[in-house]
Amino acid sequence: MSNELEFLSRRVASGKLSRRDFLGRAAALGVTATFANSLLSSAARAAGPVKGGTLKAGLVGGESTNSLDPALFMTQVPFAFGKMWGELIVELSPEGSLENRIAEEIGSSDDAKVWTLKIRDGVEFHNGKTVTAEDVAATLERHSDEKSKSGALGYMKGIESIKASGKEVVLTLKEANADLPYLLSDYHLIVQPNGGKDKADAGISAGPYKITINEPGVRHGGERFANYWQGDKMGHADQIEIIVINDATARTSALQGGQVNMINRVEPKIVDLIKRLPGVTIRNHAGPGHYVFIMHCDTAPFDNNDLRMALKLAIDREEMLDKVLRGYGSLGNDFPINASYPLFTEIEQRKYDPDKAKFHFKKSGHDGAVLLRTSDVAFPGAVDASQLFQQSAAKAGIQIELKREPGDGYWNEVWNKQPFCASYWGGRSTQDQMYSTAYLSTADWNDTRFKRPDFDKMVLAARAELDETKRKAMYHDMAVLVRDEGGLILPMFNQFIDATGAKVAGWVDDPHQELMNGYALAKCWLEA
Amino acid sequence: MSSPIMKLVAQRIALGILLLLAVSVLIFAGTQILPGDVAQAILGQSATPESLANLREQLGLNDPAFIRYFRWLGGVVTGDLGTAMSSGQDIAASMKGRLWNTLFLAFWAAVVAVPLAIVLGLIAVRYRNGWVDKLISGLALASTSFPEFFIGYVLVYFFAVKYQIFPGISTVYDGMPFGERMQAIMLPAAALTLVVLAHMMRMTRAAILNVMQSAYVETAELKGLSAFAVIRRHAFPNAIAPIINVVMLNLAYLIVGVVVVEVIFVYPGMGQYLVDHVTKRDVPVVQAVGLIFAAVYISLNIIADIAAIVANPRLRHPK
Repeated sequence: MSNELEFLSRRVASGKLSRRDFLGRAAALGVTATFANSLLSSAARAAGPVKGGTLKAGLVGGESTNSLDPALFMTQVPFAFGKMWGELIVELSPEGSLENRIAEEIGSSDDAKVWTLKIRDGVEFHNGKTVTAEDVAATLERHSDEKSKSGALGYMKGIESIKASGKEVVLTLKEANADLPYLLSDYHLIVQPNGGKDKADAGISAGPYKITINEPGVRHGGERFANYWQGDKMGHADQIEIIVINDATARTSALQGGQVNMINRVEPKIVDLIKRLPGVTIRNHAGPGHYVFIMHCDTAPFDNNDLRMALKLAIDREEMLDKVLRGYGSLGNDFPINASYPLFTEIEQRKYDPDKAKFHFKKSGHDGAVLLRTSDVAFPGAVDASQLFQQSAAKAGIQIELKREPGDGYWNEVWNKQPFCASYWGGRSTQDQMYSTAYLSTADWNDTRFKRPDFDKMVLAARAELDETKRKAMYHDMAVLVRDEGGLILPMFNQFIDATGAKVAGWVDDPHQELMNGYALAKCWLEA
Repeated sequence: MSSPIMKLVAQRIALGILLLLAVSVLIFAGTQILPGDVAQAILGQSATPESLANLREQLGLNDPAFIRYFRWLGGVVTGDLGTAMSSGQDIAASMKGRLWNTLFLAFWAAVVAVPLAIVLGLIAVRYRNGWVDKLISGLALASTSFPEFFIGYVLVYFFAVKYQIFPGISTVYDGMPFGERMQAIMLPAAALTLVVLAHMMRMTRAAILNVMQSAYVETAELKGLSAFAVIRRHAFPNAIAPIINVVMLNLAYLIVGVVVVEVIFVYPGMGQYLVDHVTKRDVPVVQAVGLIFAAVYISLNIIADIAAIVANPRLRHPK
């Protein structure tokens, strides 16, 4: 039976059989639609990409205030469009390893303090110039400058000097960092001619597509760059287009009506409905993003670890995952790392335990209600999740008072200001990045006010450690510390839920970001 | 045309300008009391105290409010709306395309809606209290009572998803061929038409019915004129003032009130532009858009006033 299926799927891939016929015959052979679909896509991959056509994406996360300056990228549309026209020094592969792009080789000194990037030969900018070590160095310099307001500034500040010589760029760090190559895969660090110092928003780099349309908040488009250095791997469609569709219903209907080939951010509550549409495939996969309730460890009553533990035990994670995310996620365990990070170690899952929660609550000596601030913008379904939390805590005798804050100004007035609120994190590419951004005593975004000198030392030590086994053990210890003594309540990791329309092939799940880490338009193709 | 009319018109225009000035003060004051400040909104999560202070200095946010008001007003009068804080683009330039799109959509919605509403109103009067009148009124009122997002989604469901006649998203751009552009705006224009139809239709009907009770209409009927001729020749011209008023009100709505429809159909107009910048606390853009909306509203009302005066002999020749 499976031989026959495989044969049929190859016929579809080569255009001799329609997709619908295939699914019909597969059903006749007693195969589920999901399996048949996955068979199809692997056959399509094996048959190789089809060149030509126009691929369109309808995406949420674009505003008329967007700029082409990569330093200012924040939302999904500039992110995804940046991956189309921009080329990075290094990128993360879907499997989590490093994939060299403009850097052909990355090497470090034994103490992980001096890093050398060897620049690939023959990579060409859209304006015809060749990418040089000077361009790469200038790019990094610009993003290290406070004035650029770069989203990558936080990590770039750790670089002491940047020197270009011949075909190499030498980076000297202030402190050792074994993760530097991962940091360089940040989507802001698009290599521009002279680092974009002449005109930051010129939109010129060495990516697979040249910009032809740039109407912020409306649409962006590009045509295939003929001299792209790895044209066999990316840039299959002749043209790509991103249409900004911020309304979820409009996005779905555009996919359904065939006006776009793919969309991002399908809401969990409608996934089951969209699944049934003919031709539409849901692409959901785990990522590092997570939804949280955060307590300030230095503010009463949350300065008491028993109270924090009581609240951690009083949340029913499974119910929340089931009702808020409809199962499109995974359980959290009160530390911000999951299997999508390198060097992750499993730790025993914390469960809902009202009795233990009651015990710790009593021990904390706290009396009366605990005030939790929440808002629709904290994460999709945050208000519902907060109410579930309130109910599960009530069963443990803990009274949570909810205060619903307006979405406007939530990130200025509530998050990182108030002692207990709902929030979310998009995740980072390495554990070091995640911990340095939000759990170091000195971090601006330490939104749990987790200030532990011993933890800080562990972060710095792990950062400088080049031995992977030792590092893994260190990260395990750090996770346990955050989980058992930190101010983070992490009920669930969310999934990226994208959807593609008929004939879109070449999709490979990528755990780093939605839409195949932004590359869906360049890596997918339209079947004939 | 006699000079009293010119005087009246001049008076109206002067009043309009005064009103616009008052509105500009209100807009400016309103944007001052929005929560958060621009510097914080631009820097977002990544704000540090030093960068906030620098940016505030750079944007001149430390000056007293009235100085900032006059600086802004001076710019507006000379045609300089300033630059958007969030993207650094020239506001006038980036708004031009958006305004044009909004006017384009409003124009075609009006071209369909206004004659349709008036004709339906006339028909309703002709067959007043009969089933035709009730059907027209019922349908028009129903379409107005549904919220516009509901009408929008219903249109998308049938015409874009189920039968795929028109596109469900109406992205238009510069240099788009006219035919494609018309096809793209078909659904939003239809939604807008349905939303404004009933108001104008009911007003037409009421205004004409009012006139139909006059003695001269009876005379006309006794002369043996047909029912339609009576309405067209004798009743309608005398009922035109209130009709113009309601038409203008609805035209203004088509321009300034279409945010929801723009979002549903992803139409790049002024409403979407305004919303984007409100969330970014981009005060100069919000002020500029607010002022333009106010100007549109006030000028359409002036036109309505003047048209009503011109159409009414009693107002044209006051004793």
